[in-house]
Amino acid sequence: MSAIVRIPTPLRKVTNGEDKASVDAGTMAEVVKSLEVQFPGLKARICDDDGELRSFVNVYINGEDVRFLNGMNSSVSSGDEVSIVPAVAGGF
Amino acid sequence: MPHVKCLRCRECGSEYPIEPLNACEFCFGPLEVEYDYESISKAVSRESIAAGPNTMWRYHDFLPVDRELAIDISTGFTPLIHAKNLGSQLGLDKLYIKNDSVNPTYSFKDRPVSVTTTKALEFEFEVLACVSTGNLMGSVAAHGAKAGMKTMVFYPADLEQGKIQGAAVYGPTMVAVTGNYDHANRFCSELADNHRWAFVNINMRPFYAEGSKTLGYEVAEQLGWKAPDHCVVPGASGELHTKIWKGLQEFNDIGLIENLKTKMHLAQPEGCSPIVGAFETGSDHVTPVRPETLAKSLAIGNPAAGPYSLEVLKETDGTGVYAEENTIIDGIKLLAETEGIFTETAGGVVISSLKKLVEQGKIKRDEVTVAYVTGNGLKTMEAMGDFVEPIQTTPDYETFQTALAAAQKS
Repeated sequence: MSAIVRIPTPLRKVTNGEDKASVDAGTMAEVVKSLEVQFPGLKARICDDDGELRSFVNVYINGEDVRFLNGMNSSVSSGDEVSIVPAVAGGF
Repeated sequence: MPHVKCLRCRECGSEYPIEPLNACEFCFGPLEVEYDYESISKAVSRESIAAGPNTMWRYHDFLPVDRELAIDISTGFTPLIHAKNLGSQLGLDKLYIKNDSVNPTYSFKDRPVSVTTTKALEFEFEVLACVSTGNLMGSVAAHGAKAGMKTMVFYPADLEQGKIQGAAVYGPTMVAVTGNYDHANRFCSELADNHRWAFVNINMRPFYAEGSKTLGYEVAEQLGWKAPDHCVVPGASGELHTKIWKGLQEFNDIGLIENLKTKMHLAQPEGCSPIVGAFETGSDHVTPVRPETLAKSLAIGNPAAGPYSLEVLKETDGTGVYAEENTIIDGIKLLAETEGIFTETAGGVVISSLKKLVEQGKIKRDEVTVAYVTGNGLKTMEAMGDFVEPIQTTPDYETFQTALAAAQKS
């Protein structure tokens, strides 16, 4: 079994309109690598040159912000749901 | 909207057409409305603005919608009060309270929501939605009602009853989400991708955010076309802080005010102060926190505009300050007892933070200072706790006199 990544609207041009992707379990960094193989160009949209998440990208594993877990080293297990969400939302 | 050019990414500068979009597809940066300021400066003058309605719509030239289509329930142009009593207690001669708790739904949110509802109709949305810490959902429900739209409001389930009932009365679909605001916000960001709803603070955010600039314009106009020396602004996502500053800058840039040197201070509650935390450590990055604060309207642990709010603090030589949790109610009472204004917890945070800024020597006695009070105390009654101890009496003179004397002794 693999994990599911939910793709937000701003990335769907890169994923040919797909709103979900299936990836193998591993670390969050490995998940991003796997997404890049499936959808070339995706990584640069969400990560900076050092491979860290851009300031305006939030990533959640089963609803938990990876910054409260282990960042890009957080582990993604089979059956997990990963969300990539633009940070620029909500609040005031 | 004759003066609007496009949406532009604040990070990488990519341009987008005027559509319900909030994030850049290249870098996820926030999109902002880009105006033709030359055209605005030809259209407006102090006189033309002063001749406008006594609402926020007197500044329509600076907003991304058509004035004629505005969903206007009389928001804005709220009082700016010279707070002599509070000022005298704090040691400030020129302290002003911008009392935005007297808007139609009793918070400043009516400003951004009035703009967004208008824009949502223009985009032909049928559903107006939001994720809210309380004030926003009341405003969305009211404006949606006025506009004849369906409304859906999402909120963290542990919100104050006053805010829940105060929104429900307008007839929206109410959705209580388990967890805190940040959980609800993440959930709604994904919902917004899959439903054609105008989420005012998600896909409609670039238009929504513009409405809050009017809190900058108004203060400058009410001070006689002058910017104050200091603004003290409550901070949740940090967006209000950045937009008041943007409003003052726009007025300065097109010459409606001169010599802009306002210090833009940001006030957060101790139990949720990620922006102030970054300010204090000198970091450009805001590390999210899990909110634990009495000030639920400010309980956003992952502030969307945090980095820009930090920039404003730096650019204007402002200070990020937090109010200790046990001073929030003191702040509410102090404002009520000195100025006759009952604010909600966010206002308590502002007043207690203002006090700290004066004690730290950041604000001097003769400097013009504006404290923003953005929500009404009647909405957060339960936060006040059981603090009332009335004199108990039967309706006869002797009993009352005895009870009064006893109460005055204690």
